[in-house]
Order: sequence, then C-alpha cells, then structure tokens
Amino acid sequence: MSDPNTQIGLTREQMAKRVAIDIPDGSYVNLGIGIPELIAKYVPEGRELIYHTENGLLGMGPSPAEGEGELELINAGKRQVTAIPGAAYFHHADSFTMIRGGHIDLCVLGALQVSQNGDLANWSTGGPDAIPAVGGAMDLVAGVKTIFVITQHVTKKGLPKLVKECTFPLTGPAVVSRIYTDLAVIDVTPAGFQLVELSPNVTFEYVQERTEGTLLPIPKD
Amino acid sequence: MINKQVASAKDAVADIFDGATVMVGGFGEAGSPIELLHALIDQGATNLTVVNNNTGSGEVGLAALIKAGRVAKMICSYPRSVGSKVFPELYRSGKIELELVPQGTLAERIRAGGAGIPGFYTATSVGTPLADGKEQRKFGDREYVLEHGLTADFAIIKGRAADRYGNVVYNKTARNFAPIMATAAKVTIVQVADFVEAGDLDPEVIVTPGLFVQRVVTVPHPAFESQLNAQGVSYP
Repeated sequence: MSDPNTQIGLTREQMAKRVAIDIPDGSYVNLGIGIPELIAKYVPEGRELIYHTENGLLGMGPSPAEGEGELELINAGKRQVTAIPGAAYFHHADSFTMIRGGHIDLCVLGALQVSQNGDLANWSTGGPDAIPAVGGAMDLVAGVKTIFVITQHVTKKGLPKLVKECTFPLTGPAVVSRIYTDLAVIDVTPAGFQLVELSPNVTFEYVQERTEGTLLPIPKD
Repeated sequence: MINKQVASAKDAVADIFDGATVMVGGFGEAGSPIELLHALIDQGATNLTVVNNNTGSGEVGLAALIKAGRVAKMICSYPRSVGSKVFPELYRSGKIELELVPQGTLAERIRAGGAGIPGFYTATSVGTPLADGKEQRKFGDREYVLEHGLTADFAIIKGRAADRYGNVVYNKTARNFAPIMATAAKVTIVQVADFVEAGDLDPEVIVTPGLFVQRVVTVPHPAFESQLNAQGVSYP
C-alpha cells in the first residue's frame, strides 16, 4: 500500500469509490467495461441502484462465488455475473430500447480522450493495424441521460487524455458531463474543464500541467 | 400436423447455400449455437455473410467457420473479444470484409428487418466516422442518421427449450440477439437442450412464438466455446 501522506492522486479502487458517492439512490445505471465495473462494489450504505448490462439483464449482481458461475449469465465484458432477486432478462432490441430510448439514468464509461466540449473518444485509436470495435458505446452516449467518464488523467506515456479536441475517432460529440480521474473531478462546461475537486496531495497547477485546454479553478464561495 | 423438429443438426442446415446471409445468435459464448455452426462447417457452404455481435473465440464455433474460409463478410459490433484470434488475422490480411455496426443499431436493424421496416433514423453514431456517407436528417433540434433494416436467408440460434410449433424459451443472457434474429430470417433454425410437448411451455413466458421458427433440433448437452477452447479443440 502506498503511504496516504505522499500518494499523489487516487488508486483505481478509490476512483471507483469516488464515482459511487455521486450516483443517486434509485438510479438505473450502465457501467462500461474496465474501471467502471469496479464502481458496483462501492454503493454507499442505504442506497439501491439497479445495474443494466446491455447483453440482456436488468438487475445485475456481483461476481459469483468461485465455482458458482454460469457460462450463460455474463455481463457486457463477457465476465460471469449474478442476477439479483427481482432481475429481468430480455433480448437485445429491448435492451437497447432502454439505452436509446433514454430510460437509463446514468452510464459510466472509460475514455481514450475527452475534449473540453465533452466529445468522447473511447472505441478506436484509428491506427492502421487496429481492429475497429465499437460495441454499445455509441448507443450509450447517444441515449443515456447522463454520461460520466472515469479514467486515468494521462495515458501510460504521460500524454493528456483531457484535450482541446479529440484526435481519435469520436464515440459521440458533446456527450460527457463529468470526468473522474486519479487527480481530480472535473465538469465539462461551456467555458471549459471546470475543476470540482482535487484528489489528496494534488494541486491545481499539477492538474493544469497534465490537462490540454482550459482548466478553470474551483470557484471561491 | 405441424412438427418443426428435424432429426439432426446436419439435416437442419443442409440447404444453407453459398453466398447466403446467416444470422448467428450469441453474445460471446452465451447463446452461441456451437453444434449448428459445426454442422454448417461440415456442410461446406461458403462465401457467407454472417451477422453476429462478435467473431467467436479460439478455433471452435463461429471462429472455426471463419477460419475455414467460409465467411466473406462479418456484420458485427465488436470483432475483437478476448480469445478472438482468427478474425483479426484474416481482417489484417484483407481476407475478410467487416461492416462495423454499433450494437444497438445492429439490434434495431435486425428488429426492423423482422418487422418489415426498411429503414429508421437514430441518433447513434451521429458525429462519428460510422455515420460517414449515411443520410442524415434533423428532427426537432437533433441530428439523426438513416440506418437500414437487416434481413437474412437463415438464422441459427440456441434456446433452452422448444416445442413442435417452434415456440422457444431461452436461458438467461443467452437470449441476447436470438429472438430478433428469428424474426428477421426467412428460415430460422433453433437448437435446444429440451424438446417439450406442445402446452408444456407456459404461453405467458414464451419468448419466441412458433411462427418465427422453421426448424428445431435437439442438442441435449450443448458445448461451450470456453470449454472446447480449454480442451484445445480446433474444429473440425
């Protein structure tokens, strides 16, 4: 474990926990593949959330105990899951009616890049050797009422993921409302990236250096 | 008397012809009709256009059909799942065509095709490369892209149980694309673990009504991609 006095920013688990705090009681939520999947573990006491997985389950529960999984009870990431009492199964057209018809309250997705006007790129680097694979991401950003992004603030090579304009192919234009990174919570606003909260031992300048585009400081009361 | 049961997977796929469009049920391995896919490989039809969310894993089922060189084109949303090796290699070497479709648009295209709807507008993919070259239209303040309904010559799907009328129920998240594919294909072939008497399935819970199904074949203990892959199986 890293020392909380010197650790810069949040771990993946802490990021997931931070997002969970902001999800209102009673929400219908779709979690993307990767870090977003961790969020389900951190629902605050007293809240009930219903998880939707686009391959046909509303009321997705946690991972099964070792040896108790079923090959035909899986999530969108094709990992084995469980169904809560009160869950429902349905076919793909119904599942995407929930998504595209605006019936899901919130979706949390990973990102390759987010631009300061809320454009999201998360399905392809557009490289010549890349196998393009979009899954349900474009449907989710087009149809779900609120889109949160959870991502490391910079790439493994240290490049900003919060950018003026996305250089990777878009998943959708102007769709992201809030970004949770290891360094900060940031809202997408007409004026640019609006800092909402800094992670422990992180300064405004530290985040600005790692963000392309306008970063607005937390407003003073 | 109506009885859609056929004796074997081999008989069920016997008339799938070269150049056919075949919808294949399944999301990953959940709902993948492995035995029908293997029968199709044995049967030999080639130059197929296949509609599936993915491209299979390992060298069994859909991946084996692709590996055997029978598939000219895939229409799918996510061709590079974990364990998917066959498709990426062929795609990179230009030996297979890919029509990449957002998953919800794929589902709706199939649903529309089955309902006799030739096209529809959706907000999905507007402002992205996947809308390039497609007609767009504004409704209210929002842009939408025109997508076309999708139909097929055959659908091969997997259910849990069916009766002689072709009424089908499914197993959990193995349902996925199967019910809509059944509506969109001229000939729908379903493999089920249990063949039951007419009346045994509660009419209130039947998911696919029998008129959407032409053939039922019983496969009591269907195989799964992950299990075959763990055994190192490469079909045939």
